[in-house]
Amino acid sequence: MENKKHNNEQEIKNKDAKNVAFNNINNSDINISSENKKMDISSDDKKTDKISESKKTEKPNKSSFIGKEALLISHSPHIWSGFSTSKIMYIFLISLIFPTASAIYFFGLKALWIIIASTASAVLTEFIIKKARKKKFVMDGSAMITGLLLALTLPPRTPIWMVVIGSVFSIAIAKEAFGGIGYNIFNPALAGRAFIAICFPVEMTSWYLPWDFSVDAVTSATPLSESFVQEGSKAALYKDMFFGNIGGSIGETSAFLLLLAFVFLVIFKIIDWKVPLIYIGTVAIFSLIWKEDVLFQVLAGGLIFGAIFMATDYVTTPVTSLGRAIFALGCGLITFVIRKFGAMPEGVCFSILIMNGFTPLIDRYVLPKPFGFIKEKSKAKAKS
Amino acid sequence: MANIIKKGILSKGLRLPENKISESIPIRKLAIPEKVLILLQQHFGEPCNPIVARGDKVKTGQIIADSEKLFSSPLHSTISGTVTSVTKTLNPFANNIVSAVEITGDGEDNWIDLKPEPGVKNICDKLNEIYSDCLDKTQGKPLDLNESKGNSGELKNLWDMLKKAIEEIPNEELIKRIKNAGIVGLGGATFPTHVKLATTKKIDTLILNGCECEPFITADHRIMLEYGWQVLAGAYIIFKVISPEFVYIAIEDNKRDAIALFAKLIEDSGLGQKFRVVSLKSRYPMGAEKILIKNVIGKKVPVGKLPMDIGVVVNNVGTSKAVFDSLSTGTPLVEKVVTVTGDVEKPQNFLVRIGTPVKDMLSCCGELNTGKTKIIMGGPMMGNAIADLSFPITKAVSCILLKHFENIQEGNCIRCGRCVNICPMNLMPLIYAAYAKNSKYEVLPDYHINTCIECGSCAYVCPAGIPIVAYIKTAKSVLVGYGK
Ligand code: SF4
Ligand code: SF4
Repeated sequence: MENKKHNNEQEIKNKDAKNVAFNNINNSDINISSENKKMDISSDDKKTDKISESKKTEKPNKSSFIGKEALLISHSPHIWSGFSTSKIMYIFLISLIFPTASAIYFFGLKALWIIIASTASAVLTEFIIKKARKKKFVMDGSAMITGLLLALTLPPRTPIWMVVIGSVFSIAIAKEAFGGIGYNIFNPALAGRAFIAICFPVEMTSWYLPWDFSVDAVTSATPLSESFVQEGSKAALYKDMFFGNIGGSIGETSAFLLLLAFVFLVIFKIIDWKVPLIYIGTVAIFSLIWKEDVLFQVLAGGLIFGAIFMATDYVTTPVTSLGRAIFALGCGLITFVIRKFGAMPEGVCFSILIMNGFTPLIDRYVLPKPFGFIKEKSKAKAKS
Repeated sequence: MANIIKKGILSKGLRLPENKISESIPIRKLAIPEKVLILLQQHFGEPCNPIVARGDKVKTGQIIADSEKLFSSPLHSTISGTVTSVTKTLNPFANNIVSAVEITGDGEDNWIDLKPEPGVKNICDKLNEIYSDCLDKTQGKPLDLNESKGNSGELKNLWDMLKKAIEEIPNEELIKRIKNAGIVGLGGATFPTHVKLATTKKIDTLILNGCECEPFITADHRIMLEYGWQVLAGAYIIFKVISPEFVYIAIEDNKRDAIALFAKLIEDSGLGQKFRVVSLKSRYPMGAEKILIKNVIGKKVPVGKLPMDIGVVVNNVGTSKAVFDSLSTGTPLVEKVVTVTGDVEKPQNFLVRIGTPVKDMLSCCGELNTGKTKIIMGGPMMGNAIADLSFPITKAVSCILLKHFENIQEGNCIRCGRCVNICPMNLMPLIYAAYAKNSKYEVLPDYHINTCIECGSCAYVCPAGIPIVAYIKTAKSVLVGYGK
C-alpha cells in the first residue's frame, strides 16, 4: 500500500514538474500588454501619493515610452549566433555542387536526370509526409541533401523509377518513420542506397565508363571489382582515378573535386575535419599492413565521398569529438574488412550504416569529463 | 612592458560580437532617486533582517538591515529620507520572493558621519589630484600615460606612504571595515567579500577580474580607466590581508587601454615584484571564475569546491575599488557603476545608488528605440529579462540592456555537437535539453547538470535554436524541489 501511495505521489510530482517545464518554456515569451503596464505605473503613482502628497506634481514624462509598447521577457541568452540548421544545410548543399558537377561532366545528361529525379522525389516525399502527419513542412534543405547524396552514389544508368524508389525509401522509411530530422538512426541516403542495392543487385552493379553514351555500351568494371583489368601505367591510372576519369557511381569518381568540397566544408566549420581523415587514414594503414596498393585503396570506390559526406552526418554519428573519432575508426576498419574479405567489392556504404547502429552506444559511454571533475576513487572503492 | 603577461587560451571559448558601444563614455552620476527599494538579499548567503521600521528617518549610509550569520552582508540606506514600507517583492535574479525596504528620499542626501582611515585619506586626496589629471574627462580616454603630471619621484613617495598606512592597520580591523561596508563580489556572484578574506586557508594567488567578457557591458572597463589607482590600492589592501605570493590583474585584450594603464600604475606604485597584468584573449566566458583561474594560472577548481580550496581568491575590479573606498572615504557600498546600453539613443555608464528603479535610469538615456523590446538586467548572455520597470538595481547588476526581441523558432536537435564542443564546463547540453523536454529530470544529475554555470554558450551556438539554458534552469529548479 505504502508503495502505491508513494508511486501516486511521485506521479503527481512528475505531472507538476511537467507543468512547470511547460510553463517555463512555452510561455517564456510573455507579452505584458501595454495596458497592464500602464496600470502598473498608475498603481505605483498612487502608492507614492499616499505616502507623500507633495509628490503629486512631480514624475514628469519619465515614463514616456513605457506604456506605449509591450515589454517582453524571455530566457537567457538574449543573443543568438543566427547560424541556423537551414544555413548549415544550404552550405552543405553548396559543397555538393562539386561532386554534382563531376557527375554531369563525366556521365552527361543521364546523371543529371538521376540527380533531378532523386532530389525532387525526396523533397516531395517529405512534403507529403509532413502534410499527412499534420506537421509544418520546413524547407530546411535536409531532404534535398538526402536526395542529392543518394543520387550521387548511384551507378550512371540506374533506371529513373529505381532512383525514385530509393529516394522515397530514404525519406519515408529511413528518416520520417523514425521521427524526422534529428531522430533517424541510419543515414537516410545510405539506407536508401542499401535498399535498392539489395532489391536490384544487377542494376546496382552495372558500371559504365565516363563519356560512354552509346545505347549498347558495355558494362565495365570499377577499380574495386575483381574483373577490373589494369591497363597502361600505374601513374596514368592514379591520375585518372584522382581526376575522376573512371567507372563508378556518378558522384564518387573525382577525388580532386571531392577534396575541394572537403576544404569548403571545413572552412565553413560544417564538418569536423578529423572524421574523414581518420576514416581514410585507417583504410590506408590497414592496406599498408596487408600489403595492398594504398593509393589505389584510397582513391577507388566511394571511400572519399563517404568519408566526407556520409561519415560526417550530424544526426547519425556521435556528438563528442572522441566519439566521432571512434566512429571514423570503426568505419575505416569495417570498410577494409568488407573490401578484403567480404563478398562485396565495396564496403563504404555498409560500414557507415553498421557504425550508425553503434552511434547510440558510443554516445552513451563516451562522455566528456566535466571541467574540474575528479573521480572519487576512494569512495567508489569503499562502496564496492 | 615588463609587467604584462600575455596568455593564450587554455579553455574552450566562444567569440562573440563585442558591441561595447558605451566603451568611451565616461561614468556619469545619476541624480539621487526620489525613492529606492532595497532588497534584503543582495548577496550570496543568508538574507538580512530589517532593523528599521516604517516611518523611521534614515541617513545615507546608515545600516538598515543586517544578519548574525557568517554568510551575509549588511545593507545600507542609499539615500536619506523616510522608510515608507517594509514589504515583500519579487527578486528578478533568483526568481524568489524577498523582503525589501522602501525609502522615500528627502532630496537632501544627508550622509551619516563617515569614518575614513585618517592616515589613508590625506594621501588619497593627493593621489587623486595627480591621477585625475591623467584622464581626459570629455573623451573618457586616459591621456598619454608617460606624460602624467607630477614627477615620478613624488608619485613613488605617495604610493609608499599609502602602502605604509595600509600596512599599519591590523587585518581584523580591515576585514571588519569591509564587512560593515556591505561589500560583496560585484561581478555578479555577490559572494560576501569579508568571508573570502577571512579564510584561514593558505592563499597563494589573488586574481583581479577585469575581463568583462559579456558583450555590451562596459562598467568594469570604465571603472578600470577612471578609478584605476583606487582599484590597485584596493587590491593592495586585499593583498595585505590574505598575503598571496602573486597578484594578477586579468584583463581581456579588447581593453588595451586598461592593460596599459595598469602596467603603468604598477610601475608607479613600485609593486612590480608581486603584481602583474595578465592580458587574456577575449573569449566568452573568460570572466567566469573557474575559467578565469584556469586561464591565468592553469589550475582547475574541482567540482563542488571553491577557488579558495586551491589557494586562489578572485575579486572583481569593482569590488576592489569598493574595498578601497571603505577605507579612504569610509563610504559603504551604496552606489555602483551600471551600463545602460543596447537599443538606446544615448548609451551611458552611470554611477547609481543601489535600489534605484530601472525606469529612472532609462529616462536619462534619450529616446529609446522602441518596438518589441526586452529590458534585460545583466548582459545578453546571462542576464534576466525583467517584466517591470520599477525593479530596483541591486549589488549584482552591472548592466541594463535593451534588446530588440527576435523570435527564434525551436527546431529538432540535429545532434551537430556544437553545444558539446563549446561548453566551457565540458558538459552535454543536448542531453539536458532532450531529457528536460520529456520531464525526465531524475537522470540529469548523473550527467553533472549541477556543474553547469548557465553561461549560455550552448544556446547561443545551437543551430536548432533550442533554448537549452531555459531547459537547464527548469531542470535544476525541479531537482532542487526533489532535494537532489
Ligand atoms: S550553459 Fe551550462 S551546459 Fe550550456 S555551455 Fe554553459 S556551462 Fe555548458
Ligand atoms: S547545438 Fe543544438 S542542435 Fe546541435 S547538438 Fe546541441 S542541442 Fe543539438
